[in-house]
Amino acid sequence: MYAYDELDRTLINERVSEFRDQVKRRLSGELTEDEFKILRLQNGVYLQLHAYMFRVAIPYGTLSSKQLRRLAHVARRYDRGYGHFTTRQNIQFNWIKLAELPDALADLAEVGIHAMQTSGNNMRNVTSDQWAGVAPGEIEDPRIWSELIRQHTTLHPEFSFLPRKFKIAITAAEHDRAAIKIHDIGLRLHKNADGETGFEVLVGGGLGRTPFIAKTIKPFVPGRDILSYIEAILRVYNQYGRRDNIYKARIKILVHELGIEKFAKEVEEEWKAMGDVGLTLDHAAIEEVRSRFSYPAYEKLPHMPDELKQAAHDKLFERWRKNSVSPHKVQGYSIVTLSLKPVGGPPGDATAEQMDAVADLADKYSFGEIRVGHEQNLALPHVAKRDLPALFKALDRLGLATPNVNLVTDIIACPGLDYCSLANARSIPIAQELTRRFANHDTADLIGRLHINISGCINACGHHHVGHIGILGVEKNGEEFYQITIGGRADENAQLGTLIGPAVPYAEVADVIEDIVEAYLALRDRPEELFVDTVKRLGVEPIRERVYATR
Amino acid sequence: MTSPLEQKKIRITGPSVVTANRTWDGAVVYRTAKHGWSTELSDSAIVTTSDEARALLAEATADDLGAVGPYIAPVELKDGGKVKPGNLREHIRAKGVTIDLQVPA
Repeated sequence: MYAYDELDRTLINERVSEFRDQVKRRLSGELTEDEFKILRLQNGVYLQLHAYMFRVAIPYGTLSSKQLRRLAHVARRYDRGYGHFTTRQNIQFNWIKLAELPDALADLAEVGIHAMQTSGNNMRNVTSDQWAGVAPGEIEDPRIWSELIRQHTTLHPEFSFLPRKFKIAITAAEHDRAAIKIHDIGLRLHKNADGETGFEVLVGGGLGRTPFIAKTIKPFVPGRDILSYIEAILRVYNQYGRRDNIYKARIKILVHELGIEKFAKEVEEEWKAMGDVGLTLDHAAIEEVRSRFSYPAYEKLPHMPDELKQAAHDKLFERWRKNSVSPHKVQGYSIVTLSLKPVGGPPGDATAEQMDAVADLADKYSFGEIRVGHEQNLALPHVAKRDLPALFKALDRLGLATPNVNLVTDIIACPGLDYCSLANARSIPIAQELTRRFANHDTADLIGRLHINISGCINACGHHHVGHIGILGVEKNGEEFYQITIGGRADENAQLGTLIGPAVPYAEVADVIEDIVEAYLALRDRPEELFVDTVKRLGVEPIRERVYATR
Repeated sequence: MTSPLEQKKIRITGPSVVTANRTWDGAVVYRTAKHGWSTELSDSAIVTTSDEARALLAEATADDLGAVGPYIAPVELKDGGKVKPGNLREHIRAKGVTIDLQVPA
């Protein structure tokens, strides 16, 4: 956990007071909506179909049990008893009243939570690996760097009025769980030949109506220089980025239009021209932030405790353990993913009761710490293996032990037309129907790793371009239709999916997905060949033929 | 469902209302014939010509303190004068989400 200092606490509290005054002036008529809109967006407040939507920052997806309880409190007191975890490790509340927002923000500020930079054309909440600090083989905890960047960019005037929103993600593990290649800047922490820690810097990733995978502009930037290098990237973006056309304003368009070599050259020249602007991170500055992260006092525990051996005969427990429990860097401990994808449930939603209960379980079994992943699930990062059987029983009672992590029903979905004012079609009911179709866990196990991502419009909040199967809702003559892509992925081998055929109406989507999965099962080389690898080996055509032959 | 952001140039082709979100709480509201707002679609002023629609929209837009983001939305007039939302988006705004939330509403 990161402990905020007095400066952070003051900043958050001052922001609450400022926003309280802004809301008061809006409700008195002193501010018009046009004047107020940019102010509310700077505090995570959107206007959606039914109400205001309030997006709260969860920096690098790390929460304390105290903070999660406070989120539950906000859900219960100011909303309708639930929240929605997002693909950027944040949480959204869908039914907030503007008049009550300052109170909600004040309640969150008491536990160090805010909504700054969760919306608007600024540097957004820096995201990272939800297993940061506990993943085996990690170079080092990427949250230290996420926090350094957060501190530098929060309310930074040069980053507060950018041509468009700007997103950074960091990973320090071999397997990219932070989807860095679909971010404006992706940072991969690694060591150079001299053993020095630094970053591979990728730029220009993003989804939306013009999707691109980020490209490397510099294979190694020493950690001490990362703030100045990011500043150089932002300066080039600020100088050349399009402000005249919202659809061409993201940095990915600039990188595409300039070409990656030219863009990299511009950044390099800017970086050199900047000289020493006081952004070099000295050892003390890095260590100061590092020291504010606390880590559990792990016990020395056996690799295979008796409790785990005894529970091995329980088939339900074993299925869950194999699916949802992952290796930890410390012997005797595990990382446990809590699926927020129950059969028939809205992906990523958690009730206030579930949030409170998870906070209690975190206190009991995970040193009071919870993580949020971009796949819209939660994780308990420090669970002793001896506690896994008891934790499983508790999670099962809460509906949080669905053994479907990374399987066909672990669906990423945006809120879609049920909530979102930008959406053209519904996402959540499609996801719910698919989880019912594939509710048999034996079948899901047989299918293996398969990510379905659903977006209700081209803005791609559900990351459909990089789903192994991507589903995009569109409107045709007032009816909901869905375009389906296959072969996308968001990890270290990120790529965009390929359209498999004509868009299909709402009622046929689940049938088509079932047919795609059946085609894969028939075509895969061996049971271990994942869906995405079969598509890579064969291309789209053999699957298209089987799925669309009779349509 | 066409976003209202893309609807501003559309001329109406059937009965329509002006809808928005109430400023203080964001609730869905409809412009009434009495120059106010109501959360009930049945209270809304129905317009049938583009000129009427533009006039109603202009009046609603002027009430920035009452409601935010007004736009013209289609409705269906049923037997007995009942007013129904004219598309799925407006149905969802009027009736709520189409999904089982698994939490108390």
